Amino acid sequence: MTKKESKAAKLDAEGISLKSVSLWQITWRRLFRRKSAIIGMVILGILVLIALTAQWIAPYDPFQVLIGIEPVKQRQAPCIHLLGCPEDQPEHIMGIDGNVRDQFSRLLYGTRLSLVIGLSTVSFAIVIGTVLGALSGYFGGWVDTVIMRVMDVLLAFPSLLLAIAIVTVLGPGLVNALLAIGIVSIPSYARVVRSSVITVREMDFVSATRAMGGNSYEILFKRILPNALTPLIVQGTLGIATAILDAAALSFLGLGAQPPTPEWGSMLGSERNQVFTAPHLVFYPGLAIMLTVLSFNLLGDGLRDALDPRLAHTSG
Amino acid sequence: MSQNGTNASAAGQELLQIENLKTYFPVRSGVFQRTVAWVQAVDDISFAIRAGETLGLVGESGCGKTTVGRTMLRLIEPTAGKVTFDGQEVFQMRGAALKSLRRDMQIIFQDPYASLDPRVPVGESVMEGLNIHKIGTPRERFDLMMDTFRKVGLEGYHARRYPHEFSGGQRQRIGIARALALRPKFIICDEPVSALDVSIQSQVLNILKDLQAEFGLTYLFIAHNLSVVKHISDRIAVMYLGKIVELTSRDDLYAHPLHPYTQALMSAIPVPDPHLKRERIILKGDVPSPMNPPKGCRFHPRCPVAQPNCSEEEPQLRELAPGHQASCHYAEKFL
Repeated sequence: MTKKESKAAKLDAEGISLKSVSLWQITWRRLFRRKSAIIGMVILGILVLIALTAQWIAPYDPFQVLIGIEPVKQRQAPCIHLLGCPEDQPEHIMGIDGNVRDQFSRLLYGTRLSLVIGLSTVSFAIVIGTVLGALSGYFGGWVDTVIMRVMDVLLAFPSLLLAIAIVTVLGPGLVNALLAIGIVSIPSYARVVRSSVITVREMDFVSATRAMGGNSYEILFKRILPNALTPLIVQGTLGIATAILDAAALSFLGLGAQPPTPEWGSMLGSERNQVFTAPHLVFYPGLAIMLTVLSFNLLGDGLRDALDPRLAHTSG
Repeated sequence: MSQNGTNASAAGQELLQIENLKTYFPVRSGVFQRTVAWVQAVDDISFAIRAGETLGLVGESGCGKTTVGRTMLRLIEPTAGKVTFDGQEVFQMRGAALKSLRRDMQIIFQDPYASLDPRVPVGESVMEGLNIHKIGTPRERFDLMMDTFRKVGLEGYHARRYPHEFSGGQRQRIGIARALALRPKFIICDEPVSALDVSIQSQVLNILKDLQAEFGLTYLFIAHNLSVVKHISDRIAVMYLGKIVELTSRDDLYAHPLHPYTQALMSAIPVPDPHLKRERIILKGDVPSPMNPPKGCRFHPRCPVAQPNCSEEEPQLRELAPGHQASCHYAEKFL
């Protein structure tokens, strides 16, 4: 139990806790009225479930080369018993990859990696972007100018190109690729936070805190930021999709996850020449990437609608 | 919860002195954001507020009345001038001294929809000041908050709710409770009723009056509605384009306005009598821009009694009758 929780519990016990229907709860309810958001959440829920249970539902070890263990060939087509594959052959519902491993198991483990990639890069970018944007928007003046010009420089490069450049400097590898994608996506978060901090900064309840003697820390982190985070949540959800896509692209180019890591982008990349002879090896990772990106985009769109104050009274 | 009684706290003595207060805002433009002009929002005003009284501050929109209030609280930094609160110079203070001064000076905002943090329960907003100043134990703060809630006519269970669950009038009372929670000596009421329905206005005004009587509060009541100001004020200052043009007791102002601008304002108050024939003074033109105020008397381009020297010489605020100040070269003829 964290310190904050125990404090709340203590206040509860004394009967002096302050709880009612908050704006977050209203948003949450409104989110559940959006079809696109529900579809996004369902797909995402399945993906999370797969990621958490990959080690139990995967029929094979994703790194296990099956030569000499099972009578399978390199890049063998899928064999599904239900669809008429002879019972004497071992079942591989997505076929065998170029290194004679079970494609299905690799794909399941790839879910875990992709979600971690999306969440970690976006959290990294959000934390740094929020701090930079908040300082920039709150203090203004030369602090704002310096931070925002640096962000403009980062934004001036196409993001994937800049990520490739950073990976080239740091050296290829999954962690470096994530770092590169994180750095590249900082400016968009910094900008979003800055603009909403500037809007909220001028509101009367912020002046009220200042009039009561609150210091900059209390004003910025307790009053302004919680009210400036709405657009950031939308941006972050949509950003996870972009981050997964970028990471897949880097891995596809051989700059991200290195073999034999079961990463969708690198699975795609290593089999791209066999797209006509073994289409299943390209099709399934591609489909997985698409579904993941789609789920985050749907959820992000739904969140944007649910958090939009202009719609507060129409669908609330 | 009363604070240490200081020398000026007795009723009738001056609690606040504002001397030559100026607040200018820079107008920046161009690539290098150079300052190309200054908006003279508040230009050299002086007045005093007595302990326990309500000083009304009226004027049309854009005349600088809100800026006066916010500058006094250091929510906006002044350009020049001096504000003395209870013997302490407000503009010289910083750090811990400023923080403790803020316990004694509070503000009630105009817009009840923007003045409460939508993400925290209103009770927390009201308790915020107590938490910032670490007054008493959490239990005592909570009790004090609940007590303040009842003082403004709300129930204890309201404290758990969020601002969006309240009406405008209720929110404004929460805003009053927040200002009151620290038990200040002085509250700036920045148009506290102009965003409310007429039926709610009197309710809020009466709460303000009751609280003043109970806690011995001093108010600076900023408004543009003359009837509201008449209802609540002891003395009234009239502002025009960053300057105070007239300052006197309420009854005096409504009976014998000495400045042509005040006279025009008074003639604009609607009277609920269809048979009464009154001479309305209709002002021509608009308020000039505070970026480039007229030379001489700021009111002269619109003044019905302007003389040639009005565009040359700037009139000073001077005492024309006991306790009645006005800034017009020709105010004597209205005496």
